[in-house]
Amino acid sequence: MDNHLAISKSKDKLFRIVALSLTVFALFILLVLLADIFWRGFGRLNWSFFKNLPSRHPENAGILTAIAGMLSLLFFTIIIALPIGILAGVYLQEYRSKNRFAKIVEINIANLAGVPSVIYGILGLQLFVRMAKMGNSLLAGAFTLALLIMPIIIVSTREALKAVPKTLREGSYGMGATKWQTTSRVVIPSALGGILTGIILSISRAIGETAPLLVIGALVYVPFIPEGPNDQFTTLPIQVFNWVSRPQAGFIVNAAAGIIILLLITFLLNGIAIYIRNRWYKKMKY
Amino acid sequence: MVNRRLKEKMIEWVMMLCSFVTILTTISIIIILAVDTFKFFGEVSIIDFFTDTQWTPLFSEKHFGILPLLMGTLLTTTIAVLFAVPVGLIIAVYLNEYASPRFTAIVKPILEILAAIPTVVYGFFALQFVTPFLQSFIPGLRGFNALSPGLVMGVMIIPYITSLSEDALRAVPKSLREASYGMGATKLQTAFRVMIPAASSGILVSIILAVSRALGETMIVAIAAGQEPNLTFNPMESVETITTYIVQVSMGDVPQDSLEYRTIFAAGMTLFVFTFILNNISFWLRKKYQNQYE
Repeated sequence: MDNHLAISKSKDKLFRIVALSLTVFALFILLVLLADIFWRGFGRLNWSFFKNLPSRHPENAGILTAIAGMLSLLFFTIIIALPIGILAGVYLQEYRSKNRFAKIVEINIANLAGVPSVIYGILGLQLFVRMAKMGNSLLAGAFTLALLIMPIIIVSTREALKAVPKTLREGSYGMGATKWQTTSRVVIPSALGGILTGIILSISRAIGETAPLLVIGALVYVPFIPEGPNDQFTTLPIQVFNWVSRPQAGFIVNAAAGIIILLLITFLLNGIAIYIRNRWYKKMKY
Repeated sequence: MVNRRLKEKMIEWVMMLCSFVTILTTISIIIILAVDTFKFFGEVSIIDFFTDTQWTPLFSEKHFGILPLLMGTLLTTTIAVLFAVPVGLIIAVYLNEYASPRFTAIVKPILEILAAIPTVVYGFFALQFVTPFLQSFIPGLRGFNALSPGLVMGVMIIPYITSLSEDALRAVPKSLREASYGMGATKLQTAFRVMIPAASSGILVSIILAVSRALGETMIVAIAAGQEPNLTFNPMESVETITTYIVQVSMGDVPQDSLEYRTIFAAGMTLFVFTFILNNISFWLRKKYQNQYE
């Protein structure tokens, strides 16, 4: 009996060590990934890398058009996705949280969030590029990405609204305010921190997307800065993909340097989102 | 007063239309995939599609067997899941049962960074770091192979499994754990005989979501697996997944409304059906387990 107990105890100890090692191992992989990319690409980061156009010579190539394309793409994506996503989230949470329509939409959104991004690419290719005749323009890319991030915006808007205490709504109704007045002047302002967090995270997601944009025909070589919504474009992840696929060592260095910028933007956005969320949560605890 | 009520109604209508956009999106995806898949099967027999062992739509001698792509997809997904599920689950158990709350509070957000990294970055890591590293002790591993992107994909989905499983473990009532300790069980026995069975549906949801994520992953395999449709389950070989094929074709100069163009819809439909079924199972499971301990 004592022996049995001793075995159980040493098994417990062994598991603790294995589990801690695996946890540290996972963190270590993250460290290796960051260190490897930083070590390869940091030396390439200089002013000309930011202001140069793409080039056949790795040492002359830069990310100007990719950054410009990415920012314009995000601008249009946000303009399309934000109002629709937030209004849909408000409607589902504040107006129809219990009925059948809301339930169908909820299942539907859970499904959409799990659709592979490359399928959104096929949707965008057929619906926007071909049928709406937008071609492989910024606008087609923005519509495609907008559909892709809309589920994220809707879900996080609903979560944020859910956290707003009922008493606030009742107080507003008690003052004689209508449903929309209550929603727009009381509920949405107090949920703003949570909504904003979701928006920033969805932007971070949109920045990293590559596959759907490749499918709708975003170009890997764009030697100019897009000037309007109908122009062709490239983005930073696409530029990185293009460089990774080339045999010359110089382009691999470029890819690593591009990834450093991409990661900096992603981490910055995620950091801001976490900061806003934490501040907002503290405020929400009345 | 009438005017105000009209305004309220109009706002409500606008908002309803906005939520309807999500339903329209799903309907459009299904219709768009179905129409061209239907046209595709007008020219290629559905039996050939599922039994032919070659996929060469872009060659002069055309074969339209989805099996090589399906096999490539399943191979990379299997590698990712076999790697990520044990690691992710053990980390979840450790964070929930053993680690101090402070350790968990620090480690969980850092692990979640892994899920926020753009996939093209993982592709670079798989091709430029993991493959050469594996080649140093696995002779015969090709420059493009299924193993390296599979493992890297596993790293990417670890946080999905850890986060969701840890949430599920945390939702198990404290009384169950305390009863187990009271019976003299060790932490390990409590974790594997009480907590994990009690949280099993939540853990299952995390695994299903991770599988669905791995099936649809594109850039990691497009960069590091080699874009060669091979009917093999050998992880040392280069393979092509369904997602990679879709990207490969749409980057080339395939004329629209040709049979080659329609292949991406048939391939996309196959992928969509798989992930659609998995997503629905996980949705219903989650609904079920949300009510379990409330």
